Amino acid sequence: MSFDLNLIAESLPMMLMGIGITFKLLIISGFLGLTLAIFLLLMRISGRWYLSFPAQVYIYVFRGTPILVQIFIIYYGLPQFETVRDSIFWPILREPMGCAILALTLNTGAYVSEILRGGVLGVSKGILEAGSALGMSVRQKFIYLTAPIAARLALPAYSNDVISLLKSTALASTITIADMTGIARTIVADTYAPYEIFISLAIVYMIFTFGIQKLFGVIERYLGRYTQREG
Amino acid sequence: MSTSDAQPLIQMQGVNKFFGSFQALKNINLEVRKGERIVVCGPSGSGKSTMIRCINRLEDHNDGHIIIDGKELTDQVKDINAVRREVGMVFQSFNLFPHMTIVKNLMLAQQLVRKIPKAEARETAMHYLKRVKIPEQAEKYPIALSGGQQQRVAIARALCMKPEIMLFDEPTSALDPEMINEVLEVMVDLAKEGMTMICVTHEMGFARSVADRIIFMDEGEIVEEAAPAQFFDNPKSERTKKFLSQILSH
Repeated sequence: MSFDLNLIAESLPMMLMGIGITFKLLIISGFLGLTLAIFLLLMRISGRWYLSFPAQVYIYVFRGTPILVQIFIIYYGLPQFETVRDSIFWPILREPMGCAILALTLNTGAYVSEILRGGVLGVSKGILEAGSALGMSVRQKFIYLTAPIAARLALPAYSNDVISLLKSTALASTITIADMTGIARTIVADTYAPYEIFISLAIVYMIFTFGIQKLFGVIERYLGRYTQREG
Repeated sequence: MSTSDAQPLIQMQGVNKFFGSFQALKNINLEVRKGERIVVCGPSGSGKSTMIRCINRLEDHNDGHIIIDGKELTDQVKDINAVRREVGMVFQSFNLFPHMTIVKNLMLAQQLVRKIPKAEARETAMHYLKRVKIPEQAEKYPIALSGGQQQRVAIARALCMKPEIMLFDEPTSALDPEMINEVLEVMVDLAKEGMTMICVTHEMGFARSVADRIIFMDEGEIVEEAAPAQFFDNPKSERTKKFLSQILSH
């Protein structure tokens, strides 16, 4: 079997035209997902069953079903309902991009809230007791003690989820979105050369993953500067 | 040299505390007057930490009354925070805020709880860091300090809130031997200035020289309460004698 380097050289620039879409999916759903995750976390640790129970159910549903199925339900399923078509969200849900961002956001939000909860549980009880003994309120302890320490503890697992989200964006190609994977699939359909195209696509994702790893390494060193004895 | 103010600063009356079915405190009655220095000792699991943690409501009691400076501890959050502002606490494991520099550790609660402006909070922080003799560590993170230094910072952090009462929960138990004295010195200084103190500690030298009264606890009860001379030289209860022979024998 031959490996057509020319084909890679020709198709790589075309696939890279999808970078913008891939990054749009990653950044918007990453940001919205993190926001959602913080709300879910606050609900879960509120100590009130009518807040924590719905959050738990939500997390269970979105972790318990494949993200591809979630994308299909939102893209193919929701427009069946007239109320959805009449709602103010229709301009977003009508577009595949809106559906993909919604699905990725809802999915990553469930995972990230559990990651953040891990960080919160990792904050030592003694530190919070010291805050109480100084007269700090529950809210003050959360903002000034729990949140910054938990963020540092959750960061390695969170970076893992961002990398996972990057690769989940490829699923958007199944609902007609021309991200890098979408473009690659089109090229494969034209050239019948899945081997060359998908391998070069895989390498592009790996390069981005490398960049994300490096970025989180920098953030980790910054947030973790208090864990180093020197400097 | 206990003063004789009409109202005791701390009153515990018939306090019981349960952890599930285990009774950690049994009918505790204790009065502490302003300026008194109390040392609490007793075997592990005797309820001494639980008792002082009830005083600033890190633990809530099940029965009885705890009245601090005229304010009774109840479930009311406002009352608890009002009491906690007056009661400083030092923990066995220091519990500094690891993500903040030393000076920020000392400023945080001043700014949030006492609403003191930043510049003034910093000034107060540096004042107390000088008093515990480590102003040069102000900009470091806690991890860079030795255990003894961290515990002195913890004491300074509590003092920044200008408390009426200081609680010490085994402040030297987690320290390497050579660091114990630097912490005890700070505590002795504090006692000399007339701070009302309750110290859970096994440092019997400190107890003998500083305490007005020593309280011996066992199995959740106050077994004996006496001035140091009497406590060490002429203990009444058999349990006290046994405890003293165990800790003073080597």
